Amino acid sequence: MTRGAHLRGKTAFVGAATFGCGEAPGYTALELAAEAGRRAIADAGLTPSQIDGLFICLPTDFLSGLTIAEYLGIRPAMTNNSRTGGSAFLTHAEWAMLALEAGLIDHALICYGANQRTGAGKLVSAQMPSPFETPYRPNNPVASYALAASRHMHQYGTTSEQLASVAVAARQWANLNPEAFRQGPLSIGDVLASRLVADPLHVADCCLVTDGAAAVVMTRADRAKDLAKTPVALLGAASATWHHEIAQLEDLTVSAAKESGSRAFAQAGLTPGDIDVVNLYDAFTINTILFLEDLGFCAKGEGGAYVASGAIGPGGTLPVNTNGGGLSFCHPGMYGLFTLVESIRQLRGECGDRQVKDAKLALAHGNGGTLSSQATCVLGLLETV
Amino acid sequence: MIQRSPSTGEWVFYPRVIAPQTGATDLEWTEPSGLATVYATTVKRMKPPAENVSIAIVELDEGPRLMTHVHSIPAEDVFIGMRVRAQIADGPDGKIVVFEPERPE
Repeated sequence: MTRGAHLRGKTAFVGAATFGCGEAPGYTALELAAEAGRRAIADAGLTPSQIDGLFICLPTDFLSGLTIAEYLGIRPAMTNNSRTGGSAFLTHAEWAMLALEAGLIDHALICYGANQRTGAGKLVSAQMPSPFETPYRPNNPVASYALAASRHMHQYGTTSEQLASVAVAARQWANLNPEAFRQGPLSIGDVLASRLVADPLHVADCCLVTDGAAAVVMTRADRAKDLAKTPVALLGAASATWHHEIAQLEDLTVSAAKESGSRAFAQAGLTPGDIDVVNLYDAFTINTILFLEDLGFCAKGEGGAYVASGAIGPGGTLPVNTNGGGLSFCHPGMYGLFTLVESIRQLRGECGDRQVKDAKLALAHGNGGTLSSQATCVLGLLETV
Repeated sequence: MIQRSPSTGEWVFYPRVIAPQTGATDLEWTEPSGLATVYATTVKRMKPPAENVSIAIVELDEGPRLMTHVHSIPAEDVFIGMRVRAQIADGPDGKIVVFEPERPE
């Protein structure tokens, strides 16, 4: 029997919210996360006191689960502030699924917020410096992803223009999303003309540095139907970790998304061809190419040509990062939770000009560290369960 | 010097108390050939007048990979597949292993 297949559709997302995306001057990370959490709880038609499962990680507060419980004035039966980088929140959904299905909790809140733009002014990282990489002062995280990109170009002939087309598609989506921080025209030429940061990646190949917060609420499917909004079932959730530092990844053109994706699809009983909309963690343009390949949306090595074909932009055959992604929507540092929120909003039909017509199945994918931790969730409307 | 496990024959970098995967505990310091091939490369772009910096992953002939600089040529000229040889250089906090293009004897 497929591992986890009995979990298919047993839990559902019933609340989703974002807050402070872009610039939120004056707010701390905790305040941003708390407000996103409040909005997601209200979106579900619940009250904070009904939350008995709490999942969070904040940029620099390693005991943020305790802090946010106190701040919200709730007494969760289960508190989890485990960290795997930007993929953490999709692993939280995986753990929440297990705890809900086991009957240990009834309502799980997953939340996150960061003020790195107006607070620190740069990416805030809680990673332990590596004694074997730090002496070389790589401009991480971009250097690590640039190394992966160099390898993909070497092995598969992927080009800078193909990488740039990822940023262009993200911007086209962002131009349809009123909440997106970076809007306006962007051409492949614009991306290539932007400053090189770590070859082959330019500034416009890199995600934004913004403030922002997101939150989702989960419950068991049997309870979900009685709540305020259209429930979105969790059909499969899986994660995988292969390494931490980029030099330790066996093949720089293959991430552990290959495993997390295939396990999540197997749980869901679905294949990539079934998916209507994809939201994945595009910290850099190479990520979108690697993850589309590793998750099975195109063959290994064909990601560059696939994204350059226009498939992933508005009007394309596979809408990817319909909010504009970390490249143009917002990127507060650990972006993963936004992939879940956008997937939920698309399936609920709440996306206005960027709405993918008749979207019934979505895939959300998070990345943590330097291609290190990968987590995949497959979501669907109740009719797909 | 890097580590090698005589029982498994495996070379290990970075240094550990146990060998990855096998868990072997008989790791010994052993001298590698110092020869390697560039596996991946990028250029850390600096604001002038600072010079751009090579950031590369090289694969030692013995197998392990490590992050390093390729010195003595412009960072933009480092390419995947380039044969390189280890050198000791001054780093920001002490000595570090860097690589230079291997020149035929």
